[in-house]
Amino acid sequence: MTPPVKNDSAVHKFTGTENVKHFLISNSVPIIFIALSAIAIPISGFSAGYLIQEMLTRLARNSFLVLSLLIPIMAGMGLNFGMVLGAMAGQIGLIFVTDWAVVGIPGMVLAALISMPIAAFLGFICGSVLNKAKGREMVTSYILGFFINGIYQFVVLYTMGIRGLHIPITNPQLVLSRGFGIRNAINLTGIRRALDNALPLTHNFGHFTISIPLGTYVTIAAFCFFIVWFRRTKLGQDMRAIGQDMAVAGSAGIAVERTRVIAIVISTVLAAFGQIIFLQNIGTMNTYNSHEQTGMFSIAALLIGGATVSRASITNVFVGVTLFHMMFVVSPTAGKELIGQAQLGEYFRVFVSYGIIAVALVLHAWKRLQERERARRGLRGE
Amino acid sequence: MSNRLDSAATPLLTVDAVGKEFFGNRVLEEVNFSLYAGEILGLVGENGAGKSTLMNILFGMPVISQTGGYDGRILIEGEEVRFSSPFDAIDAGIGMVHQEFSLLPGFTATENILLNRESTKYNPLVEVFGDRIKTLDRRDMRRRADEAISILGFSIDPEALGAEMPVGHKQFTEIAREIDRKSTKLLVLDEPTAVLAESEAEILIKSLRGLAERGISMIFISHRLQEVIDLCDEIIILRDGRVVKETKPAETSIFQVASLMVGRNVEAVSTERRLMEETETILDVQNLWVDMPGETVRDVTFSVRKGEIFGVGGLAGQGKLGIANGIMGLFPAGGNVTVKGEPLRLNDPALSLSRDMAFVAEDRRGVGLLLDEPIDWNIAFTAMQVQDKFVRKILGGLIKWRDDAAMREVALDYINRLEIRCTGHRQRAVELSGGNQQKVCLAKAFVVGPEILFVSEPTRGIDIGAKRLVLDTIRQVNEDTGATVIVTSSELEELRSVCDRIAIVDSGRISGVRDASRPAEEFGVLMLGESPSLVPAAATIGGETF
Repeated sequence: MTPPVKNDSAVHKFTGTENVKHFLISNSVPIIFIALSAIAIPISGFSAGYLIQEMLTRLARNSFLVLSLLIPIMAGMGLNFGMVLGAMAGQIGLIFVTDWAVVGIPGMVLAALISMPIAAFLGFICGSVLNKAKGREMVTSYILGFFINGIYQFVVLYTMGIRGLHIPITNPQLVLSRGFGIRNAINLTGIRRALDNALPLTHNFGHFTISIPLGTYVTIAAFCFFIVWFRRTKLGQDMRAIGQDMAVAGSAGIAVERTRVIAIVISTVLAAFGQIIFLQNIGTMNTYNSHEQTGMFSIAALLIGGATVSRASITNVFVGVTLFHMMFVVSPTAGKELIGQAQLGEYFRVFVSYGIIAVALVLHAWKRLQERERARRGLRGE
Repeated sequence: MSNRLDSAATPLLTVDAVGKEFFGNRVLEEVNFSLYAGEILGLVGENGAGKSTLMNILFGMPVISQTGGYDGRILIEGEEVRFSSPFDAIDAGIGMVHQEFSLLPGFTATENILLNRESTKYNPLVEVFGDRIKTLDRRDMRRRADEAISILGFSIDPEALGAEMPVGHKQFTEIAREIDRKSTKLLVLDEPTAVLAESEAEILIKSLRGLAERGISMIFISHRLQEVIDLCDEIIILRDGRVVKETKPAETSIFQVASLMVGRNVEAVSTERRLMEETETILDVQNLWVDMPGETVRDVTFSVRKGEIFGVGGLAGQGKLGIANGIMGLFPAGGNVTVKGEPLRLNDPALSLSRDMAFVAEDRRGVGLLLDEPIDWNIAFTAMQVQDKFVRKILGGLIKWRDDAAMREVALDYINRLEIRCTGHRQRAVELSGGNQQKVCLAKAFVVGPEILFVSEPTRGIDIGAKRLVLDTIRQVNEDTGATVIVTSSELEELRSVCDRIAIVDSGRISGVRDASRPAEEFGVLMLGESPSLVPAAATIGGETF
């Protein structure tokens, strides 16, 4: 008998200006960043060719990681800060293949296979913990990331090595001189650009040459198809249902908790693959740092693309990665040109990536308030 | 329609001497009835009459088994069943259409109808990942949705999103969901027409009758008595957990059903009435709306005279609780409220308090009390915050000290006057019983010395002895200080025993204001949202019309 407040808004017709306002409000974040880029690009003085090449490289490098965030959002679990768990699993896979000197695509595949069970296990832990913290998934997974980071450091720093306690890593280039523990900087020569250059494609535009990491793009395209297809499976439908209302989904007989765990497991495993793709492009790995910012930067990119904690699309991913990395590339130089200090741009870059998460969360809360206000207008009969 | 005459048939559902006790409090006793295939049973009763408990038992809700199960037996097609979860009930062919909509806002009508029963197609990945990775067969889903909708005989757009559907369509979608479940034999409809427009309700009634002809039995719970009489084959009237009458529509009338529902021993109510002289209006409310979840007020207009005890009654969820909460600024509200001749700005609790109004909230433990603080702090709190009482000013008000001595004095005074049972004025509020907590809440409001006092659900969850005392206290304060009191309560008899006039709220609007001395049936009919003209005697007894 609850009076249906929301329903009245459906009957209420909104005027043109209201709809324009609604559009601007719902796309405010990408609009702000497009405007910022429009100002910063001319100031930085970069050539179009350079920027296009940078964007193509960075899209290939980061998109897979960001795409791995989509499934938990679909299941209503918000932004999965727990994706750093997957990143750690991916790095463990890379440590092994580097030690065993398996190179090229086979090396990447092997790293993925090693990381998969680890990521699935960590994802299961993460999902089970998040089921105990419904409605507070984001902060819980964020803190869980720190906790698992401690375990990761213990494993990598103490249990791996030539004279290691259990896990033998024999390549002296990987192991600290004391005989156990992995060095911080690992050179991934064996798999560097293995996927990027698997299908070489370069094009000469006269002034500049652009090389496209086609192999990676094919992988990303396959991932996008997977997501589109997944949404159409029974499991995907169940996740959408849970994302909208856990109680309703549960009363229809959907196994809510189990499905949420599956969503996190899928996301974590995909994040592990994403980290492997990311690091093959970079070519070196910081054992103790590479994964730390993965979550933060991926989430910032997704939010800049116009996603919210409850809604994200593949378009949001590509728009977001492009805009975020555009700011990344141009802002230090723009800062230097403008004030004579590159540090200011660097500062701005960090400010942007952390600030945007805060802004996006505030905007999300504000938007929900606006929508409630919109719904309430029906109640007043305006 | 009824197979009842066919004595050889086994009833689809037999309820045999079912009873239920919650913590020693009997809410259901010796309920017996049976329902045959294709029959529609109307179940009517006030809030708290036991309808929901009965349906919870039938549906195997965990709340029943967690509180010690139930007495008696339930038989489906002659076999005793004892459901441990709603899914058992669904498997046995019982479908439930809930009062609150359980549609997913981002799903289309089709997706909502087929929620968790989607048609799927095989793909090779199923061999690895199992059945849940099957892809959805959208075309077949659409076909099934169309089929269920056509059985209903009401056209819903199968592609409309839950959030964008008009209310009526939501209700039909919910029912279509149960129809698609081919095994459904018994449909329980809890207030299905409460949110529908009259024309939609008519279509619903018609399609329900169509469903009954297909052999689906129904239990129809509604406060709209005309519909119950129009639709049902049998009517069962529950009061205080007992079946007071089982009848057929042809043998009864709305008025009789309404009086059976509310009818208590009317003589038992204190009939001592004060003659209200026509005093000035102290509170005037025009077109008030309040967005309080579950108690939405849509458009309420009334005025209260100075010195009066004004009752606000109505069924749960109709908005009566929202009125006081809205005026006191606790939930977003709009409209014109005039206090003592001057307009009140809404949505500002401090302002409402500073206009000599006080509020004893229905949510005693949540809003009313600082549970971990002692009695004296609780009593003094509002007055200290709003009126600077119990404050010692030092250095011309630069520093404010709490005046513990004054607080102690006033607390002891109220403990004495209201007979608050406690170990002393420093006992924490959380340790008190419900009735004594309520007295602390009242004392807290009295200390402010309000001219207008709102009291919501003053006797909810407290025992009978304490109830009387709380009501007497309210009355006494009204007489001693001349404060105007607005009492909101679900219990009509309680309102009739303490108030001068009573307004009844239905669907977020006031359906009528009557002198408290009018017969209970008259209020009962107002509560059920029936047109007052259906009350035979009321119109001729004379009295105020609003």
